[in-house]
Amino acid sequence: MDQFIFAAEVVLNGLMTGVMYALVALGFVLIFKASGVFNYAQGVLALFAALTLVGIQNGQVPFAHLINAALGTQLHHFGWTVPSVMAIALTALVMVGLAFLIEKLVLQHLVGQEPIILFMATIGLAYFLEGLGDVMWGADIKTLDVGLPQGISDSIETMTDAWFGYGFFIDRLDIWATVIAALLVAALVAFAQYTKQGRAMRAVADDHQAALSVGISLRFIWVMVWSIAGFVALVAGIMWGTKSGVQFSLSLIALKALPVLMLGGFTSIPGAIVGGLIIGVGEKLFEFTVGPMVGGATENWFAYVLALLFLVFRPQGLFGERIIERV
Amino acid sequence: MKLTFPALVAAAVMAAAPAMADLVVPNMSYRTGPYAANGIPYADGFADYFTLLNERDGGIGGQLIQVPECETAYNTEKGVECYEALKSQNPLVLNPLSTGITYQLIPKIGVDGIPLYTPGYGRTSAKDGSVFEWVFNAPANYWDGASVAVKHILDQEGGDLSGKKIALVYHNSAYGKEPIRTLEELSEKHGFELTLLPVDAPGQEQKSQWLQIRREKPDYVIMYAWGVMNQVALQEAVNIRFPMDKFIGIWWSGSENDVRPAGAGADGYKALTFHGVGQDYPLYEDLKTHVYDAGKAAGAGDQTGTVLYSRGAYAALVIAEAIRKAQELAGTSEITAAQMRDGFEALEITAERMEELGLPDFGQPISLSCENHGGDGLARIQQWNASEGKWNLITDFIEPDAEILDPLIKADSAAYAQEAGLTPRCN
Repeated sequence: MDQFIFAAEVVLNGLMTGVMYALVALGFVLIFKASGVFNYAQGVLALFAALTLVGIQNGQVPFAHLINAALGTQLHHFGWTVPSVMAIALTALVMVGLAFLIEKLVLQHLVGQEPIILFMATIGLAYFLEGLGDVMWGADIKTLDVGLPQGISDSIETMTDAWFGYGFFIDRLDIWATVIAALLVAALVAFAQYTKQGRAMRAVADDHQAALSVGISLRFIWVMVWSIAGFVALVAGIMWGTKSGVQFSLSLIALKALPVLMLGGFTSIPGAIVGGLIIGVGEKLFEFTVGPMVGGATENWFAYVLALLFLVFRPQGLFGERIIERV
Repeated sequence: MKLTFPALVAAAVMAAAPAMADLVVPNMSYRTGPYAANGIPYADGFADYFTLLNERDGGIGGQLIQVPECETAYNTEKGVECYEALKSQNPLVLNPLSTGITYQLIPKIGVDGIPLYTPGYGRTSAKDGSVFEWVFNAPANYWDGASVAVKHILDQEGGDLSGKKIALVYHNSAYGKEPIRTLEELSEKHGFELTLLPVDAPGQEQKSQWLQIRREKPDYVIMYAWGVMNQVALQEAVNIRFPMDKFIGIWWSGSENDVRPAGAGADGYKALTFHGVGQDYPLYEDLKTHVYDAGKAAGAGDQTGTVLYSRGAYAALVIAEAIRKAQELAGTSEITAAQMRDGFEALEITAERMEELGLPDFGQPISLSCENHGGDGLARIQQWNASEGKWNLITDFIEPDAEILDPLIKADSAAYAQEAGLTPRCN
């Protein structure tokens, strides 16, 4: 009975962790859906967004080291702090500006190129943004606090203790992540299905040239999609950065999104969520049941094994579009 | 004047290479990548100490010390590339600051005749100088750390650990697995139950491990982590309300970077250390005068006195003392890498010498020999005070359990000697 109760706690935590994975996967899906490009830089976008958010919040002078070295000044902070909500809004604006620059300087020159060329461009972009983030905000680990609660939920612990004689652990940050992810997905699905821009985005995803021929502005769509992906990266960066502090390993969270994408499909927003939940629960349950027999640390590889198993039966992922090419 | 291309190349090479008479001690650093936040203070401390010696004393024995920096990004392949590039500059010693890079370099340095200094990391059994002729890992190694942690727990529990539970949360890598054998032996000796909880790199997701800790309620948790694994582990421990004074990290899990993101919740967390921390040492007055105020600091000046800055400076200090000893033995200030190795083997740093160097009670006395390349392996416990935002040393130096460790080191080095076809020396 104890094992069953513990397993239930593991499943609940797996679901919550899955939501955190899905938040990262969503950004990949958006850009792939709109441009057929696997955006290697999505993890770095989350890092850059989180760095910018903390920098703005703390009134940090961007490029301070560079300015000080060039001018012999001792600038570090402006001497003010910015409230969280305003800092998030300003960071979102920075991400829109970044999307505009990416389109102007990178994507515009690659219209009509093979997806592999665009993929390679995003690899370059990832390295560039990582370096830019370092020069702009510094490499130290920054504490991120936007007011999200962390730690065990007392009410859930008390309630489950009364029911099962064992209080479940649920992190309050995970509960918030779930609510925010649900709102984000609902908004994104509604946008893609019911708005003119959303439909234009899907048209661009189907065929760049055809979309251009019916008067859709490819440039506008790309700026829009990269802006939304930047905003999603900001949300993912806030959630993961609250837990670990904002540091350069934040970009590695992209690795957690890959099995989710393989499983859920690269083109489906609900697929990213369902994929995240399956991976989250699957890896946690496997670690709980099989982990102790094989020495533990099974989660990283099991996530990929699980995704590969799904691929055997549905190569396009659970919710991906089936592509049939006739020759 | 018309310059030909070969002349330009020759001029560039001459400009980049250190002057022939200089002593070359490379700084294999990582200022970029996921571990940059830890690599920067260490590299700054390492470079600043040598800058101080150059500026204040005119180098060591009248020879200036060149500290060419090579960026490894804490990546083993890049580290080996750095080694190949630095080799041509005739380095006296290398400090790669990565266990992975160290393992790759051990077979190479023996052939090339370049000493490797790996304080507090690398291959533990390199302490056995009869097998690892070119490697030095004083003053303490991973196994010393595990033993000192258990000794501290013994002290906390009135000398009896029978029936107690200790969990090891570790980075699932060669580094993280280092203390397992030691802790297994210690668990047999003292009768505690050991639970092993590996975390895959990088360690951003550790929910399974901490749920298990919450279920099984170990009395103590020892942690061998690195980078983001530290911050997440601290936060997860706070989340499950694990008592922080029963959570002990190895020295690579005990910097300011590791505890700050968890905020007030990290108060009381303990970590091992083999050196002092903070700026309350006379050395800092000299650093301020000759390095910081003179605008010659390696970094932005915001890392001085931190745990990792102190560790980098301490590594440089031990190397500098080995250079002095090597010069003394060789009777010349222009020493070679082979003479530097001899200097390490005859190294003596007493408490009085540490005081002369401006770091009283900062590090333990070090006395090395042909057989002993690792020193006595003492370590202290420091505890984080979140409200003051600083580490406080709460114990004196504690000796590791040589009765357990010595046979383990002998067995591991003998296995390496057999595998590498080496004949132990020092007879």
